[in-house]
Amino acid sequence: MASFPPKFKVLVDKEVCTGCLKCTLQCPFDVHIYDKEGFKASGKDKDERKNFIVRNQENCVACQRCVFTCPVKCIQIEVRPPTYNPHPVWTDAVRRDLKTQSDTGGVLLAAMGNEQPYPSYFDRLVIDACQVTNPSIDPLREPMELRTYLGRKPEKLEFEDNGTSLKTQLAKNLKLETPIMIAHMSYGAISLNAHKSLANAAAEQGTFMGTGEGGLHKDLYHLADSIIVQVASGRFAVHEEYLKTGAAVEIKIGQGAKPGIGGHLPGRKITEPISKTRMIPVGSDALSPAPHHDIYSIEDLSRLIYAIKEATRYKKPVFVKIAAVNNSAPIATGIIRAGADAVVLDGFTAGTGAAPQVIRNNLGIPIEAAIASVDQRLRDEGIRHWGSIIASGSMRSSGDVAKAIALGADAVYIGTASLISLGCTVCKQCFTGKCAWGIATQDPNLTKRLDPEVGARRVSNLIGAWSHELQEILGALGLNSLESLRGNRDRLRGVGLSQTELDVLDVLPAGR
Amino acid sequence: MKEVVIDSKGIHYKVLNFMIEDAINAGATKIVLENVNGQRFLLDGVNADVELEVHGTAGDDLAAFMNGPRVTVYGNVQDGVGNTMNRGLVVIHGDGRDIVGHSMRGGKIFVKGDVGYRVGIHMKQYEDNYPVVVAGGTAMDFLGEYMAGGVVLILNIGDAPFTGDWVGTGIHGGVIYVRGDVPEFLLGIGAKATDLEASDKKLIKELAEEYGRYFGVDPKPIYESRFTKIVPISHRPYAKMYTDD
Amino acid sequence: MCGLGGFINKDGKKVDGTAITTMGGMMEARYDERGGGFAAYGIYPNHSDQYALHLLFDDERAREATEEYLKDRVNIVKDECIPTASVKEIAPVHVPWRYFIDVPEDFEAVEADFLVDTVMKINGSIPGAFVISSGKNMGVFKATGLPRNVAALFKISDYKAYAWSVHGRFPTNTQGWWGGAHPFNILDWSVVHNGEISSYGTNKRYLEMHGYECKLRTDTEVVAYLFDLLVRKHGLSAEVACSIMSPPFWKNIDRSDKREYYEALRMTYAPAMLNGPFAIIVNNKDSMIAFNDRIKLRPLIAAELGETTFVASEEAAIREIEPELDRVWAPRAGSPVIARLNNAGGK
Repeated sequence: MASFPPKFKVLVDKEVCTGCLKCTLQCPFDVHIYDKEGFKASGKDKDERKNFIVRNQENCVACQRCVFTCPVKCIQIEVRPPTYNPHPVWTDAVRRDLKTQSDTGGVLLAAMGNEQPYPSYFDRLVIDACQVTNPSIDPLREPMELRTYLGRKPEKLEFEDNGTSLKTQLAKNLKLETPIMIAHMSYGAISLNAHKSLANAAAEQGTFMGTGEGGLHKDLYHLADSIIVQVASGRFAVHEEYLKTGAAVEIKIGQGAKPGIGGHLPGRKITEPISKTRMIPVGSDALSPAPHHDIYSIEDLSRLIYAIKEATRYKKPVFVKIAAVNNSAPIATGIIRAGADAVVLDGFTAGTGAAPQVIRNNLGIPIEAAIASVDQRLRDEGIRHWGSIIASGSMRSSGDVAKAIALGADAVYIGTASLISLGCTVCKQCFTGKCAWGIATQDPNLTKRLDPEVGARRVSNLIGAWSHELQEILGALGLNSLESLRGNRDRLRGVGLSQTELDVLDVLPAGR
Repeated sequence: MKEVVIDSKGIHYKVLNFMIEDAINAGATKIVLENVNGQRFLLDGVNADVELEVHGTAGDDLAAFMNGPRVTVYGNVQDGVGNTMNRGLVVIHGDGRDIVGHSMRGGKIFVKGDVGYRVGIHMKQYEDNYPVVVAGGTAMDFLGEYMAGGVVLILNIGDAPFTGDWVGTGIHGGVIYVRGDVPEFLLGIGAKATDLEASDKKLIKELAEEYGRYFGVDPKPIYESRFTKIVPISHRPYAKMYTDD
Repeated sequence: MCGLGGFINKDGKKVDGTAITTMGGMMEARYDERGGGFAAYGIYPNHSDQYALHLLFDDERAREATEEYLKDRVNIVKDECIPTASVKEIAPVHVPWRYFIDVPEDFEAVEADFLVDTVMKINGSIPGAFVISSGKNMGVFKATGLPRNVAALFKISDYKAYAWSVHGRFPTNTQGWWGGAHPFNILDWSVVHNGEISSYGTNKRYLEMHGYECKLRTDTEVVAYLFDLLVRKHGLSAEVACSIMSPPFWKNIDRSDKREYYEALRMTYAPAMLNGPFAIIVNNKDSMIAFNDRIKLRPLIAAELGETTFVASEEAAIREIEPELDRVWAPRAGSPVIARLNNAGGK
């Protein structure tokens, strides 16, 4: 017996329901169960079949799959009114967690990003606009450039032949037509169809998609020019061809949802194709250690960066991803000085397929503060051009992207937003492997629900729409190129922030 | 015909425009301004049957909101000639600068030489009003931006390759003709190059002949040349841009 | 909105400040009385080897503190009050002063950097003292007032220069004060600007990384420092500096046969790109450079007569001093007008 009441009500309009059984086939969480034997035994007419569908409300996660797939739209999911006696400290959620842990003795597992109601700095920053003294620019008709290069730049250029030809050799950079990239989510955590969708969308929009730590399926090698391959502590799938195939290589030290924590893909998820891609036996657990065991300090990171650069003959920029933590600024400068071409900062609201809830909800710092401090520190040390800053972690809109860039980021990664674009409803069951939308699952009956062509078009639409919106913002700011917004904190103002917070973000309060 | 001559040297535009107003009210049908240099707003908002001759460099916003008069400038003009003009004629024996014919609704502007940026920007037509801008030389970027009606004709008499970028960007009405080729990469968003029809050729011939009359140029070799016609792809180029469409 | 103008005689022939005052006066519709100024090159032939520091002092104490500071760092060859006339439109809120100085031998190798540092220190740490120019054989004269009144105040007609610039200001972002008027200067770079640098925050933080302090919160300041950084420190030509600050669009770079060259410039110098509407005239001892933002949102007209090149916001301003010109043209955005002395480097 569960220790707490169901969270959701499953309402079915019996007048409308035809008893088609679709919901029983669509629900991976065993909410809608057809009592086939009972129906047969009853000897009733087919019209009566609907009365033999049992609704196990306690299993419902509000993924909405049944609601959207029901041909007659007779299902509705509602949040059940709170049933506990209200208490501001011992909230329903707290009481549920305590009871769950008491039931199982386990660590609470959670998916998607931090659910604690921390204030968002993005929501307390506003963007400037032109009035009279500088004209706004029409983004629909006049040129509006979003192109972004990620990687190391020289401090200055030298020329020869009387200044007509370039002498300085530039390091390899990634060229993005929009500063929005798709975050690393592994094949394993998400399905091949999801990977296909994201990779095709990235290619179409002239941007990049991260593989995550689960390698790159052979079917996606042809899109490798739009793919950043990841090297994480488990080194799954990392081999010479993989490193040389991607457009860039990203070393994952940590991620915002679970800083300092490794990963564990259970053996039951290691299916045949995943086994092949990750290069581990079918059914064996895939363990990602908390640290890289060849990196216990910054000079070891440098060794791995250069090992990869040597192996790829300096043709691939190497990025290093860290969770945003208190010391992000000195850590990031260390990473850049260690030879990385970009540092990826993953904020404390970043998503995940599975993380201990206590870690996800309590560790790390806001991405806005991390961007501001890292950008400033790199400038203070005079090495801002040595590497780019990529920000990630709950970029919900193009407004967040614009603010991240104005604070100092060169580009952003979107993870959860791209999954929502694919169909995800944030039901937070990724770790169950039962994703009803065919995204965070390897069950072939579920993964086939995601058509990669449709998925690619949707994610491409999203990135395209955000890019247009960024152009609208630039136009309102009287800028026609994104580089003039980058680090331009002068065009931001804070609302409802303390002086200390304004100092950290290096923005003025609104009205000043 | 009553002609009035005003030596404009050193006279502030405000004073000069009052002198012009007084002359019109006194029945002048032709006013000659000598020694003009940079005085702004000449004939702005004037609705009268009068002819103005400007000798020198006319200042910004010549003939803005003008509704009827005929202006001839012997010299160059500055920015904003014919801004939101409704009716009348401006003939410039020199160069035009930026935003010639901005938001112009009717009347004609003939420029002997080159014109600058954003010429014919947001020109529009309404009922019988049909604005016309003709330049004998070349034009710079954003020619016919947002254009909603009327005609812009660039005669390119110097035969230099056309280099104005973003031609007709945002155009949703009206037509731009450029003598010679306009490479595809110079076309702005929502603009396309098409073939000329007989009616286009007729219009170009008429306007080239009018140009020839004002500036003493043989129009035949001009209008017999190849022209590129630039028109909107659609009258609602951004219909798919927003989620509610 | 502002009015600007300038000219240079490429033979180095000097004229007095009457013409530039007339030029500025022709554009009074573009500005108000909250800031006017002039830059003049070749005005101190008797001190041409020394740096001429033009300062504005709030009071005697500021002057004494500055003198103390300078004595410790440099050799003051001569110093004097900059001559002024009494002009009823301009209250004498500052005392203008000039120092002709030599940099000590120890610092000769890094003379220019040493001077920049000296200027930054005075402006940043001596209350009531402000350096308005710091080049050799040149000077900036500026105040809160119409250019013609500023000209009268500083007796501009008494100076003879081979290159002049003028600016009348309609300040919008910062309150009018003498130091906030144009031209802005560092070493022999002087900048007058019409428009607004909307990328100011990006440019400022880039310059700060390279040791410049942008204390004025006036966008034009960054242009002077960018020229100093790109041309003097990085050794780039004025042409390259202009194509960094007002670069071609990617659309055109991508189809250019110099794609790699421009791509490298934009990649490397992205934070030095100037965005927003502008027309700018930059002078140094050898040249006058004028250029626009890349979609040309502010007016700029150029002209030539013999060996003199003129630029201004309005053609009328040029015609007023030279009615008959060899050539008048509207420069394309991204195509700077660059006029150099015929014996550049010799001045």
